[in-house]
Amino acid sequence: MRSRRLFALIKKESLQMIRDPSAILIAFVLPVVLLFLFAYAVSLDIRQLHLGVVLQTDSAQAQSLAAEFSGTSYFQVLPARHRDEVTPLLVSGDLKGYVLIPPDFDQRLARGESLIQVVTDGTQPNTANFVAGYARGVLVNWLADRGLRSPIKLEARFWFNPEVETRKFLVPGAIAIIMTMIGTLLTALVVAREWERGTMEALLSTPVRIPEILLGKLLPYFGLGLIATLGSTLLAIHIFDVPLRGSWGTLLLVSACFLVPALGQGLVISALAKNQFIAAQAALFSGFLPAFLLSGFLFEIDAMPAPIRVLTHIVPARYFIESLHSVFLVGDVWPLLIKDILAMLAIGAVMFAIARAKTRKSLES
Amino acid sequence: MTAIVLDDVHKAFGKTQALKGISGEIAAGRLTGLVGPDGAGKTTLIRMMAGLLKADSGALRVAGLDPVHDGMALAESVGYMPQRFGLYEDLTVQENLNLYAELRGLPRDDYDATFERLLDFTRLGPFTKRLAGRLSGGMKQKLGLACALITSPEVLLLDEPGVGVDPVSRQDLWRMVQALTGEGMAVIWATAYLEEAERCEDVLLLSEGQLRFRSEPGELTRRLQGRCFRLKGSEEKRALLRQVLARKDVRDGTIEGDRIRVVVDEGVDGDALASLGDVEEVAPRFEDAFIDLLGGGPGGHSPLADQMPDVPELKDPVSCQHLTRRFGEFVATDDVSFNVRQGEILGLLGPNGAGKSTTFKMLCGLLKPSSGEARVAGLDLRSAASDAKLKLGYMAQKFSLYGLLSVRQNLVFYAGVYGLRGEEKQNRIREMIDGLQLGPLLDSAPDQLSLGFKQRLALACALMHRPPILFLDEPTSGVDPITRREFWTHINGLVGKGVTVLVTTHFMDEAEYCDRVALMHRGRVIALDTPDNLKAQAGQGASMEQAFIHLIEEQDDA
Repeated sequence: MRSRRLFALIKKESLQMIRDPSAILIAFVLPVVLLFLFAYAVSLDIRQLHLGVVLQTDSAQAQSLAAEFSGTSYFQVLPARHRDEVTPLLVSGDLKGYVLIPPDFDQRLARGESLIQVVTDGTQPNTANFVAGYARGVLVNWLADRGLRSPIKLEARFWFNPEVETRKFLVPGAIAIIMTMIGTLLTALVVAREWERGTMEALLSTPVRIPEILLGKLLPYFGLGLIATLGSTLLAIHIFDVPLRGSWGTLLLVSACFLVPALGQGLVISALAKNQFIAAQAALFSGFLPAFLLSGFLFEIDAMPAPIRVLTHIVPARYFIESLHSVFLVGDVWPLLIKDILAMLAIGAVMFAIARAKTRKSLES
Repeated sequence: MTAIVLDDVHKAFGKTQALKGISGEIAAGRLTGLVGPDGAGKTTLIRMMAGLLKADSGALRVAGLDPVHDGMALAESVGYMPQRFGLYEDLTVQENLNLYAELRGLPRDDYDATFERLLDFTRLGPFTKRLAGRLSGGMKQKLGLACALITSPEVLLLDEPGVGVDPVSRQDLWRMVQALTGEGMAVIWATAYLEEAERCEDVLLLSEGQLRFRSEPGELTRRLQGRCFRLKGSEEKRALLRQVLARKDVRDGTIEGDRIRVVVDEGVDGDALASLGDVEEVAPRFEDAFIDLLGGGPGGHSPLADQMPDVPELKDPVSCQHLTRRFGEFVATDDVSFNVRQGEILGLLGPNGAGKSTTFKMLCGLLKPSSGEARVAGLDLRSAASDAKLKLGYMAQKFSLYGLLSVRQNLVFYAGVYGLRGEEKQNRIREMIDGLQLGPLLDSAPDQLSLGFKQRLALACALMHRPPILFLDEPTSGVDPITRREFWTHINGLVGKGVTVLVTTHFMDEAEYCDRVALMHRGRVIALDTPDNLKAQAGQGASMEQAFIHLIEEQDDA
């Protein structure tokens, strides 16, 4: 390997990158859009749920519990006297659920029996869980205020993200998505472009060797990826109030380690696809979608069926998101980070081995 | 001195035999043409010489090296300019040169001298800071050449360097190549155009992966001495051509301006043609010899045209007035006006980027003019584009066939698109199958068929609704001369029925088939006349290309 040729290739690639609007778009504009989207538009927190409260007794205790429901910002309460008033609304979807406070509420309270009935719309499981959970929370608070115990002892406490704001969870995840785009999609596209425009043929007729071409592609995009991480992190901290509890050094280290499999995957795609359209499709299906769906970014891995859970182990974004959550929300938890870093590097090594084997210095195919 | 030795070289891609045993030598200090139609194996062979492909069997030595095993040394003694020139369009001229200088390991001390020499040689000196993508086709080609010449190679490989480049730039390229061979370099020039082959010192003629001929082009043409004639009859030229081609003693015939070029069988005297008109003996050309080598051209009868009814009289089939189209600052078509008469073939001739396609797209209703007016069959394309489209058949450059549908399904689809139904649809499809001999391959996918067959199928699809006007966009670029003759036989037959034809081409030879030619240069029509008159302007015995160069220079001087 000649460093002179490598430098010439790096310089060429960097010049092209700077002049290519799509690279700048993906590296700098897309992060801003995605971060805003996940910070404001996509929120998994639900507020102002429409809830019916069916009060079947006028006792002071029951009225005070009903008032407690009206008082929380989670619910927009529709008061009712009878179940039949709210059932049609639940069926039509105007209510997400209702709470029934029975006529014998006071007696039940005295006997320590189950107090209320919560009915939710099971066709929207996620919302239904929220309704049930929040309703229970309201009841527990109300009981606690009276120095009473809940029939079921219930204690919820969320660590690291005490207000359970999903934004703090999603923003670090969005960084992983952006890095996947830069690493896999951009790399796959730029190599395919060389084939499409016939420049690869001209390159291959010079004394350049394959590893030089590959490295000449990778290093500039590696740099671009790290710069994009820095930019996204600054945005996350200063605009979206996401804490960075770990250190900057650690953040850059895990990002660098993630770029290894991401770029490797881009190279594998570009070795197999010689036009930009197929390269983009392949990058979206094998890079972007898994990073979105199978990485624990939006859907919890523990909640996935066992075979899918196994599959997530080969998705490098999974490890990256885990370590980003740790660095942002917890701190430098080295035992966890080292495990993730090793996993990412291992996947990266496999990708590079495949890319090396598939990219040959010739046009045979 | 021998620069390249080929010894029984074979190469296959999957089931396709690209090269079927090529042997030969290429001399240093000479310009050698690697000639053949698309798919003949030219690019495969040139890539092997550049060390990019491995031969399946047989041996290959380039500048004394084995291209596969001595790859590194080869890269230093071979300069290679691929099709489309291998330039980075988002780098400047100087950045492209720097890149290739670094990659080819030019010593740093030689930089200034080398760049100065190359920029001077290619006359690109004033443009070093310009992005390569902003250069004209001719300048890109020169830059590609400069990049290939950085280390002063012993062998220079040029893959179709003349495609899409204006005639003036092509002339420059010939001049540069001659200077290089004068220094002892071996230059290989791959081309599908036989007129380019004629200008080479040696020719390797490839056809379907086989070497048909290897020698000086003159040697091949000499065999035809005394057998080539130009015929001018009182009859209409296309009718005359049909008569000529129907004769048993004629090898080949083509239209050349308002005359017919005829090649007769060996031992036949020119007087035999005297009954048809005035006969004049002419010097044989390489293309005549090539057709002769392949056993003569096809007949002049078009079964397709026989089935077509006469086109009723049409006033003013195609016309445009002051047609202009701007893309931002750039004026692609600049104040273009012309009329095509019924039963006429009008050619739009010019290099890539001259504005042919833009003009064409406006006439097809695919693009709105910035100003001016375009009419087809008397219908204004601004207001009645879809009515106008029913009156015209359009055959696109890449033939717009559905590669995954069978030949029959393509025909059925296009018949449907043009609103044909029931029995009429079946009849029309059958007519096309019979008229263009599509029968044997109806169930194959067009992707697997030869260029010539695809071309016939595309013509069938374009004619399905029996349009009185036919638009052909680069219809025969890259096809072999026999297929080109077959194609024009059909077109000539249709014109005989009153069909009006508008054709674009950057291929000078094709202009000879046209009744009138509009020469386009930088968005403007710089001349519009019959091929004979255009050629006469450039002097006695000038070719179409010389006429074009003459007119461009005249324009640039003015």
